[in-house]
Amino acid sequence: MTANPVLELRNAGKVYGAGATLVTALHGASLSIAPGELVAVRGASGSGKSTLLHLAGGLDAPSTGDVLVEGRSLSGLSRKELARLRRRSVGYVFQDLNLVPSLTAAENIALPRELDGARAAEARTEALAALEEIGLREVADRFPDEMSGGQQQRVAIARALVGPRRLVLADEPTGALDSETGEGVLRMLRARCNAGAACLLVTHEPRHSAWADRVVFISDGAIVDETTASAPVAVDLGALT
Amino acid sequence: MDTAYAYSVLMSIKHGLLALLAPGPKYGYQLKAEFETATGSAWPLNIGQVYSTLQRLEKGGQIEADGVPDDDGRVVYALTPSGRAELADWFGSPIAQESRPRDELAIKLAMAVSTPGVEAREVVQAQRSQAMSSLQSLTRLKGTVPEEDLARVMVIDSLIFAVEAEVSWLDRCEARLRKARTTQTPEKEAVQ
Repeated sequence: MTANPVLELRNAGKVYGAGATLVTALHGASLSIAPGELVAVRGASGSGKSTLLHLAGGLDAPSTGDVLVEGRSLSGLSRKELARLRRRSVGYVFQDLNLVPSLTAAENIALPRELDGARAAEARTEALAALEEIGLREVADRFPDEMSGGQQQRVAIARALVGPRRLVLADEPTGALDSETGEGVLRMLRARCNAGAACLLVTHEPRHSAWADRVVFISDGAIVDETTASAPVAVDLGALT
Repeated sequence: MDTAYAYSVLMSIKHGLLALLAPGPKYGYQLKAEFETATGSAWPLNIGQVYSTLQRLEKGGQIEADGVPDDDGRVVYALTPSGRAELADWFGSPIAQESRPRDELAIKLAMAVSTPGVEAREVVQAQRSQAMSSLQSLTRLKGTVPEEDLARVMVIDSLIFAVEAEVSWLDRCEARLRKARTTQTPEKEAVQ
């Protein structure tokens, strides 16, 4: 049995402007992500992939169709309810400027929980547990500028998934990182999904998108392809050892 | 030469010649020159290769002599329905990743942009889909290997980088085709 999707786009489209200046950024796109799934979106600049991510996270409203997070349609929510849903259900990871510079790693992770009404001590305990889980307990009391780029991104992912949140929307999270550090971030995202989170990842890097269960390709505002892993590749690795 | 590689090159010449015959009958020297032009002179052919391939194609019923030899003794060849079907099949099916047929892929795309009735973007899309699936499969395999196991991780990385290069190249091909679509002058005659 398939679990209820954490995120569902039903024919969601977006147009900007009107009349002669009307631009279709995204044609009706349908996409569903279940708990434990990592879905990557690829496409050229201006193809509509960031628009799709913004609609998915309620940062922008679709012109047509609907977006559901944990089964709730975003179109029926008031601004206050939408803000609450974004805070409680969705975690965001961007290319950079993810962490509040004046807060330590633990304080950054605890922040969304405190904003959501959790007591400070409780939020800190959760933050330390999250850091422990990703093997970064030692950076708890460091400020962002005292951490490497890879550590900062992994802390941002931990923050995106702290508390009850199970949906991560990641927009080019490896953009500013070197190849090896970028892979470390993807490995962590993959591990978090294997543990039950759902993630929508926007990336232009084929190698990074390949960590996903499904890779969706967008061209001219429309989903034109979706791939899953082919049958296991037969590589004779035994001969090397 | 590696047998699989040799076979792949042989198959590319065969299908390349079929593609060049799609718009109309041609003779051997013409095919040699057009093959080299179409593939950017990356794979020069000797005329012997062309004639032996044409003989095999004729024997296989994919081409036939069109009329009698001219005054200089040149035979003009034309596609048969079976040859047309074979060509359509070649364009229609992605090349399996494990045979490492970079040459055949480049030749196929070079032919796809100039062969009437073939939508090059579809050929690119089908190939990219296949490559992306392989990339996902290799990445999944890498996820199961401990990072300390250097030899295995490095070999898997080499395969991953090779396939990624193909995907990136196909991305670029797609962008070029999209850009070129507005200026294209198609005189289309279907392959089948």
